[in-house]
Amino acid sequence: MNDSQPTLSVQNLETHFFTKEGVAKAVNGVSFDIAKGEIMGLVGESGSGKSVTGFSIIGLVDPPGEVVGGKVLFNGEDLVQAGEERMRQLRGNRVAMIFQDPMMTLNPVLRVDTQMIETVLAHDKSVSKDEARQRSRDALGQVGIPSPDERLKAYPHQFSGGMRQRVAIAIALLNKPDVIIADEPTTALDVTIQGQILYEAQKLCRETGTALIWITHDLAVVAGLADRISVMYAGRVVEQGKLDDVLDHPVHPYTVGLLGSVPGHNTRGQRLFQIPGMTPSLLKLPPGCAFQERCPRVDGACEADPGITHPVDGRNVRCFHPHLEEAAQ
Amino acid sequence: MTAMLEVKDLTKNFVKRLDMAGKIAQKLGSSIREEVVHAVDTASFTVDKGEVVGLVGESGCGKSTLGRMIAGILPPTAGQISFKGVEFTSMTQEEGDAAALAIQMIFQDPFASLNPRMRVEEIIGEAPVIHGMTTMQEKANYVGETMERVGLGREYSRRYPHQFSGGQRQRIGIARALAVQPEFLVCDEAIAALDVSIQAQVINLFMDLRTDLDLTYLFISHDLSVVEHISDRLVIMYLGRIVETAPTDELFDKPNHPYTSALLNEVPRLDHRGIDYEPVSGEIPSPLDPPPGCHFHPRCPHAMDRCKAEIPVLREIAPGRLSACHLNDG
Ligand SMILES: Nc1ncnc2c1ncn2[C@@H]1O[C@H](COP(=O)(O)OP(=O)(O)OP(=O)(O)O)[C@@H](O)[C@H]1O
Ligand SMILES: Nc1ncnc2c1ncn2[C@@H]1O[C@H](COP(=O)(O)OP(=O)(O)O)[C@@H](O)[C@H]1O
Ligand code: SF4
Ligand code: SF4
Ligand SMILES: [Mg+2]
Ligand SMILES: [Mg+2]
Repeated sequence: MNDSQPTLSVQNLETHFFTKEGVAKAVNGVSFDIAKGEIMGLVGESGSGKSVTGFSIIGLVDPPGEVVGGKVLFNGEDLVQAGEERMRQLRGNRVAMIFQDPMMTLNPVLRVDTQMIETVLAHDKSVSKDEARQRSRDALGQVGIPSPDERLKAYPHQFSGGMRQRVAIAIALLNKPDVIIADEPTTALDVTIQGQILYEAQKLCRETGTALIWITHDLAVVAGLADRISVMYAGRVVEQGKLDDVLDHPVHPYTVGLLGSVPGHNTRGQRLFQIPGMTPSLLKLPPGCAFQERCPRVDGACEADPGITHPVDGRNVRCFHPHLEEAAQ
Repeated sequence: MTAMLEVKDLTKNFVKRLDMAGKIAQKLGSSIREEVVHAVDTASFTVDKGEVVGLVGESGCGKSTLGRMIAGILPPTAGQISFKGVEFTSMTQEEGDAAALAIQMIFQDPFASLNPRMRVEEIIGEAPVIHGMTTMQEKANYVGETMERVGLGREYSRRYPHQFSGGQRQRIGIARALAVQPEFLVCDEAIAALDVSIQAQVINLFMDLRTDLDLTYLFISHDLSVVEHISDRLVIMYLGRIVETAPTDELFDKPNHPYTSALLNEVPRLDHRGIDYEPVSGEIPSPLDPPPGCHFHPRCPHAMDRCKAEIPVLREIAPGRLSACHLNDG
């Protein structure tokens, strides 16, 4: 392992769902690298493939879905080729995911302390049970759960939805993994609790060097947290780059539209920019660029697949007619 | 001028009844008691005709409960609601029916609030026929016009709700409310479930309808950027109580209540980059067991002894601005 090697390198990942209605290419050639301690925001509308990208990385895609192509290099090891045994060793330990639905992490019939202590011991057998309990308790405190000692003895159904999510987050943070994939973890939480969670996530990345993928449709959260950003549309990353570059000078027409439609400090009472139409069904994508039916810049060229155009300086975009004039200013 | 809507000391308590095991335990001498949630605690505010008032607060602070009482679908425990100067409980049958139509509510989950077995035509057209706003013969045309008003093609009127996207379903919900020609809309997280690009479409629609139909709104949301965008005035709630109200610009420029300041600090914004996040100070209280005195005192950086014992009164601190904080007593 050398230092310049990214912690996680996703290369041309393809995950398809083979449904009765046809093949849904939920992830259709996604690539990105994340370095140690780096935070990448993965944004896009619902159905654009963000969650499936996360599931594919940690090897949790179930039939009718299947990873049909590409690589997921974790410290150089290809997780797509790794067996289930190896993935079980890594999951929750070196690579963790916080799910949109906390009950995917929590076992409803086990007390929270049992689940948390098991997670600690699975990772490090030299830890005593008391020490594991202490660590679990601290982790609950970190995510803002009041009276963590009592709460440890509770079952998941005794928590409110927001608190369950915080417990799931605490479990993901327990073993200080190398990679965390957080899938819209704070969408259902209050802004103040969200701030608390963002604080813990940021601390982990800064102190432990955890690489973090933060999946969300909320661009404003990503703005405060991420170092880099990847924008997904219909199974593809259409634009990727440093946070400030993408937010201040978006070049893909979809990113431009998305940013224009966010209400901000100076837009009060004005009409917001709206992207016409709606997200296309993955089963009925037009040939070529998937955004063409909604794109103000579309022309005949867009009936072909744009591929990655204009790769410059850690930045890339999939578009024949990107807003490069604006970006150059 | 009387306000279009006036809410005074409005209160709603929910009693969480004991289950059988609890009742037996209580009979056997356990100290277990019924739990009371003070979902809304003596809330007072007004909304003028044509105004858009945003109602903001953390999850569970009582926003939906307040909205549902105003829309007449949840009876208050105490307090008064007046619509155009007439108090709900002193309305005649006729006045009550008219108010029930004039105040319509739009909900967060566009799917759950639409009957899946009814065609859009029925969903939108049923109530206006019953209330004589249109006739059976005119219904198709009336529904078509209403659909077009919210940006849905009238050719979709024979479809069922599941045949639409999230944003379209929210438009159906809005069309259903508009079909009875309301004057006042309570929008409860009406765009929260929608994608960003679709949110913009629906926000624009709400703003157009306001001008076209002369509507008044109470706009409930936990998303401050959305509320800031469309509201003239804001009402801030914390654990069941209103803590501050002010015109939107003034509130953002110079929040008075320490909770409002904390809230504004936490709002994620596109132009706030590279934040060094900080942990929440103090315990986060539960609505089941709110702290005494000022509800915010365990988290307030300015809390004094008085704050732990005495409830601060919501009072005028400047023309058009109210706040409930002991700091204003100088
Ligand atoms: N039918 C009910 N029975 C018991 N408690 C209730 C009931 N409805 C609401 N509550 C409680 O009243 C309080 C206020 O709830 P309300 O739904 O008004 O919150 P809200 O501000 O709309 O929250 P959110 O932002 O999550 O929608 C909460 O503590 C809630 O648990
Ligand atoms: N189990 C499944 N069977 C069929 N299609 C699926 C399944 N899970 C996800 N998909 C499809 O994959 C696409 C991407 O989904 P997802 O990654 O969950 O989107 P999001 O970006 O909202 O997280 C969607 O079109 C979704 O319908
Ligand atoms: S490739 Fe063409 S249709 Fe696609 S985003 Fe670019 S300009 Fe628009
Ligand atoms: S009354 Fe006291 S505790 Fe409450 S907000 Fe004001 S200063 Fe803070
Ligand atoms: Mg998802
Ligand atoms: Mg609510």
